[in-house]
Amino acid sequence: MDGTNISQLQFAVTTIYHFFFVPLTLGLSMIVAIMETLYVVKKDPIYKVMTKFWGTLFLINFAVGVVTGIVLEFQFGMNWSEYSRFVGDIFGAPLAMEGLMAFFLESVFLGLWIFGWERLSKGLHLASIWLVAIGVNISAFWILAANSFMQHPVGFEQVGEKLVLTSFSALITNPYLMNQFPHTVLSGFTTAGFFVLGISAYHLAKGNNKDVFQRSFKIAAIFGLISALGVVGIGDRQTKGLVTMQPMKLAAAEALWETDEQVPLSLFAWIDEANETNSFAIRIPYMLSFLATNDPNARITGLKDLEAEFTKLYGQADYIPNITLTFWTFRIMVGLGFLMILLSLIAIYLAFRKKPLSKQRIYWLFVPAIAFPYIANTAGWLLTEMGRQPWVVYGQMLTRNAGSPMLNDKPWMVITSLIGFFLVYGLLAGIDVFLMFKYARMDPNTTGILEPTSSGIHGTKEVNK
Amino acid sequence: MNSYPVIWFVLIAILYSGYFVLDGFDMGVGILLPFLGKDDRARRIMVNSIGPHWDGNEVWLIVAGGATFAAFPQWYATLFSGFYLPLFLLLIALIFRGVAFEFRGKDDSQTWKSFWDWAAFFGSLIAAFLFGVAFTNILRGVPIDNDMQYIGGFFNLLNPFAVFGGLTFILLFVLIGAYFLVIRTGNPIDEKAGELANRLWLPAALVVLVFAALIWVFGGKGGWLNWYSILFFVASVVTILVSGFATGKKRGGWAFTWMSLGILLFTFGIFAWLFPNVMISSISEVNNLTIWNSSSGINTLQIMTIIAVVFVPLVLIYQTWSYWLLRKKVTGEKDSLHY
Repeated sequence: MDGTNISQLQFAVTTIYHFFFVPLTLGLSMIVAIMETLYVVKKDPIYKVMTKFWGTLFLINFAVGVVTGIVLEFQFGMNWSEYSRFVGDIFGAPLAMEGLMAFFLESVFLGLWIFGWERLSKGLHLASIWLVAIGVNISAFWILAANSFMQHPVGFEQVGEKLVLTSFSALITNPYLMNQFPHTVLSGFTTAGFFVLGISAYHLAKGNNKDVFQRSFKIAAIFGLISALGVVGIGDRQTKGLVTMQPMKLAAAEALWETDEQVPLSLFAWIDEANETNSFAIRIPYMLSFLATNDPNARITGLKDLEAEFTKLYGQADYIPNITLTFWTFRIMVGLGFLMILLSLIAIYLAFRKKPLSKQRIYWLFVPAIAFPYIANTAGWLLTEMGRQPWVVYGQMLTRNAGSPMLNDKPWMVITSLIGFFLVYGLLAGIDVFLMFKYARMDPNTTGILEPTSSGIHGTKEVNK
Repeated sequence: MNSYPVIWFVLIAILYSGYFVLDGFDMGVGILLPFLGKDDRARRIMVNSIGPHWDGNEVWLIVAGGATFAAFPQWYATLFSGFYLPLFLLLIALIFRGVAFEFRGKDDSQTWKSFWDWAAFFGSLIAAFLFGVAFTNILRGVPIDNDMQYIGGFFNLLNPFAVFGGLTFILLFVLIGAYFLVIRTGNPIDEKAGELANRLWLPAALVVLVFAALIWVFGGKGGWLNWYSILFFVASVVTILVSGFATGKKRGGWAFTWMSLGILLFTFGIFAWLFPNVMISSISEVNNLTIWNSSSGINTLQIMTIIAVVFVPLVLIYQTWSYWLLRKKVTGEKDSLHY
């Protein structure tokens, strides 16, 4: 292990952790905005109760997302100085624009939203939460524009020892981005949909405040179904995009060692990376060729041929990513995607049936399902980032050359920070979960709609204690 | 020679200046929590006085960092990798400070509240100190080799001058924090903050003067505008004195405005000393990073300039407007306490 390896671990820890909070922010801001819109349009105070209840959970989640986001921006320079020198000309611009166009918007208007209930007109207050929702989603666009460049570099040329931007419009219309942006944003929407579904279902199963939670459940069911369908649909396009943009990642995600035509899809496989083969697999004939290209007879290049090709182009190195990891994360992500479509269909049925349910027990189904989008999101990013290895910028720079030289000389520094971040993140996760549980189980009528008590912001009467 | 690097150097100077004014008073309020907030209610009012704004203020830092990355990748890479441990500590401090504001009111137990109050205090104090340490080292020059790599250790950065710089930043931020509390909170916090400010403005002005003298003696060489830099510092001293005069006359708004100007001028002084360098090498002037040898290409700078010309004024307008909308003093009435 050298400094760069540990930096990689630290980057993984920080990014995965940060991305526990971001997807919920992306979607829940929208759901809260929709609820407040209903309040303003229908003038029914029940929607204000809902806005405040889900808004409080949104804020708890948002706080941790914000503070861990700064770490990401700083890390590129701190741990990846050679990367930053090499691609800063291209990669820095979207980060700066993210701050200028999105972070200011979301932070300023969130402040107004939190503190403006009594001081802003209803319309302005509503506009604030929409601007927050728009801001967070613009932010996703810019950071994914940056990430897409690492996956599929476009609009640049190499000048001396660095890459220089030649076309900004190419950068922001990167075909990789055109799939990755909606896929990521819709996964965020799905996350929020299942979050609201799960917590509403918990209360409905317990028979708490039906006014609030049946409405919330219905909104989340519609939101969740549309988003989950969208995620899977775009995911399909993404896979097809890999054929030309990142064939190695595609072959890795399918553990396809040999080039072939009429390639079957391995549903499950026992992967033997040492001998570069799968010792056992359950296959659906023609399916991979069909899914990747719409043609069941198509030829798909396998890992071994791709590695030979890369060696010819870029010289000797290990160009095959971790196959076990990419193969299984892909299956976890896709499997959960379909499961979530199924669950949202059940939710739609429950939300729209006329007769009341005789048994509330079925609602418990949705409580553990809160975890599904989180697992799928993490698996998706692991696949995206690990499937790109050994490259940090696909075809342009190897990860092993991207780290800060000082940290390779003094690995104790990055070990110190890794342990430090790990402990702080662990502590914050514990606190966040504690607050989420506390506020999610509360009676919405006490979350803010009543006058705050002298000691707490919100009423603190908990329903189930 | 294209002028974009100059534009971006100035813009980054403005971003850091804005950051030090805006988040400066946030940090100041955080540091003052245990001193002016004698009971929970007082501390709660203090936190809520910066509540709607601290996050938007911190974005100035994020944008300053992003702009440095985009416009001067070599500067960003050398600085951020070279100052690895101080920046790590800064991040931890900013993490704790941020969640402290958001979380302190979310539970009623005393342990919970006092934990977050201390987190806000130490987060603010350490962050303020580290900004001072970092910028003093940038002014002083650090060992950078001919490959633009920082080759000093961690303790190189903790020299006496840098420690003095850290304390200078703390003092400036505490002073502007006190001025902020005077205009944004009610009795008794505003009065106590006013008394404290009254005792601090003269030392603050003197410390800035000493800081300027230390730069003149120990600052890295090679800047083109060293004289102007010292002028900025002197102007900063004058505005801080004027702010003290205003606070003596109970003109809280003016005191805050003059102090804001004081911090702007102070930060301009720092950047003016550097120009046209961005990192001064203590090994050899040849190794200096300048706005030219560390900048991005013309394409990137051109597009970013267009974006900045549109969005910076827009941000300034709506951020100022948000302060105006929530201008009512935080006095402990329920509708103003959301944290």
